[in-house]
Amino acid sequence: MYAQGLIGADGRTDETPEFLAAFKARIDAEEKIEPKDAMPEGYRRTLIRQIGQHAHSEIVGMLPEGNWITRAPSLKRKAALLAKVQDEGGHGLYLYAAAETLGVSREEMTEELLDGRAKYSSIFNYPTLTWADIGTIGWLVDGAAIMNQIPLCRCSFGPYARAMIRVCKEESFHQRQGYEIMLTLCRGTQAQKDMAQDALNRWWWPSLMMFGPHDADSTHSDQSMAWKIKRFSNDELRQKFIDATVPQAEFLGLTVPDPECKWNEAKGGYDHGPIDWDEFWRVVKGGGVMNRERIAARKKAWDDGAWVREAALVHAEKRKARKAAMAAE
Amino acid sequence: MYRALLELADDHLVLGHRVSEWCGHAPMLEEDLALPNMALDCIGTARALYARAGELEGAGRDEDALAYFRGEREYLNCLLVEQPNGDFAQTMLRQLGFAAFMEPFWRAAAQSSDDAVRGVAGKAVKEMAYNIRHAGEWVVRLGDGTDESTGRMRAASDALAPYWDELFLSSPATQEAEAAGILPERAGLRANWEQVMRDVFAQALLDWPEATWSQGGGREGRHGEGLGHLLAEMQSVARAHPGATW
Repeated sequence: MYAQGLIGADGRTDETPEFLAAFKARIDAEEKIEPKDAMPEGYRRTLIRQIGQHAHSEIVGMLPEGNWITRAPSLKRKAALLAKVQDEGGHGLYLYAAAETLGVSREEMTEELLDGRAKYSSIFNYPTLTWADIGTIGWLVDGAAIMNQIPLCRCSFGPYARAMIRVCKEESFHQRQGYEIMLTLCRGTQAQKDMAQDALNRWWWPSLMMFGPHDADSTHSDQSMAWKIKRFSNDELRQKFIDATVPQAEFLGLTVPDPECKWNEAKGGYDHGPIDWDEFWRVVKGGGVMNRERIAARKKAWDDGAWVREAALVHAEKRKARKAAMAAE
Repeated sequence: MYRALLELADDHLVLGHRVSEWCGHAPMLEEDLALPNMALDCIGTARALYARAGELEGAGRDEDALAYFRGEREYLNCLLVEQPNGDFAQTMLRQLGFAAFMEPFWRAAAQSSDDAVRGVAGKAVKEMAYNIRHAGEWVVRLGDGTDESTGRMRAASDALAPYWDELFLSSPATQEAEAAGILPERAGLRANWEQVMRDVFAQALLDWPEATWSQGGGREGRHGEGLGHLLAEMQSVARAHPGATW
C-alpha cells in the first residue's frame, strides 16, 4: 500500500481513499501523470527530491570533467569534452525545468544544493587525476547512469520520462565516446595503458556504488516502485551493469579490480566481491576527497555571478519601463 | 601564407581556450551552455586553420603538432585573445570586440582565392554573427544594469582598450596573403568594427573609450606573461607523452 509514504502531506490535495485509489489505478494502467494532474503530496515530494538530485548531479558533474578541458591532449578531444560537459549542463537545465513543473523554483533548488540540504550523485566527490579518468567516467559513470535512466524513460511522471528519453540518447553517445578514449589509450603506449588501468582501479567500486545501497537497505525503494517512478531494484541494475561492463574491460585488456569477480554459470551473471559501504556512506555524508571543493566551486560561481544576474533583471525592468513610457507618450 | 594562417589559428585557439575556462563556473546555467558554444566555435575554426597551415608548411605537422608543440615565443596570436577572463563583463566585451572584427573578416574572406579559407569563412561568419549578438546583448545589459555592473563594464572597457588596435595591424606575412587575395585587408575592416562597437556602447549607455595607447607584439611572438601559463596547462599532457595518439 503506497499511501503509507504520505508523510508531510501539506493538504494541497484532499487525499481521500477514493482519490488515492483512483491515482493508483492510473499508475497501474501505465498512464502518465502530468504537472496539472492531482497527485498525492508524497508523490510530488519524491519527484521533486529525485529530479532535483538528478539535476544537481548533472551540474556538479560538470566540474570533475571540466577539470580536464584545458588539458585535453588533442584539439579533437578538447572539442568533444567541451561539448560533453555542455550536454551535462543542458541535462541539468531540462531536469530543473521538469522539477519546476512540480512547483519548486530553480533558485530554491540551487540554494538547497549550496547549503547542503539537497544531495547529488556521490560519484562526483572523487577527483579526476589523469586524462584516462575522462575516458573512464564516460565509460563507467555514464554507463551506470544509462542503466539507471533507461527505466526512467518509462517513469510515471510525464515530464521526467520525456526528459530522460533525450538525456539517455546523449548519455549513450558519451558512453561510447568514453569507451573510445579508453580503447585509444589501451592501444597506445605502455604509459597510456597504465593510465587506463589506474583509472579503472579508482573508478570501478565508486561506479558500482552509484546504484545505491543493497535492496535490503534501500529506504525509498518500495514506495518508488509502487509509484512506477522506479522500475528495477538497485541490485538488479548493478548486476546488469557488471554483466555488461566486465566483457568490455576484457576487450580493452584491462582487469577489473575485484579478485572475486567471476562468471557464475548458474545465475548467468558475474559474481562480485563485497562493496565497501562504509566508504559509500562516508562520501555521501561529506567525507570524500572533493565534497567540499565541489560545493565551494558551485557556491563561488553562484556568488560571483550574483551581480550579473541582478544586472540582467534590473536592465529588463528598465527596458520595460522605457517601453511603457514611450507607449504612454 | 602558412604564417598568416597560423596567426589567425592562434587567435582562435587561445580565445577558445580562455572562454572554455568558464565552463562549469558561469554566473547562470544558461551561460554555462552558451560559453562552451562560443569556445567550440573558436576551437573549431582554429582546427581547420591549423590543418591548412600544416599542409602549406609541408613539414608533416598536423593541427595537434602546431597547437601542442610550439612554445609561447612561437605563438602568433594578438594580445587581446590571451587577456585573462577577468569578470563576466571583461569576457563578454573581449568576445564582442573579437567577433565584431571576425564577422566582417569572414564575410570578405568568402571571396578568398584559397578553397580552405573560403570553407572556414562560410561557417565562421555565422558563428561570429551569433557571438556578436550574444556578447553584445550582455554588454548592453551590464552597461545599462546596476551601478555595479556599469562600473564593471567601464573597467572592462578600460582594461581592453589598448588591445583593439592590434586587430587591424597586418604582419608582413599577412600583408602578403592580403596582396594575394587570400585574406581580407585588416585595416579596411576598422570602420565597420567601430560602427558595431559604438552602436553597442550607445545602447549600453557607455562612452566609447578613446585609446590613449595601444599594445602590440603578439604577431612577433611577444606576449604578456599569461600566455605561457595558458600554454603550459594546455600542452602538459600532450608534451608528457610525445608521439602518443589520443
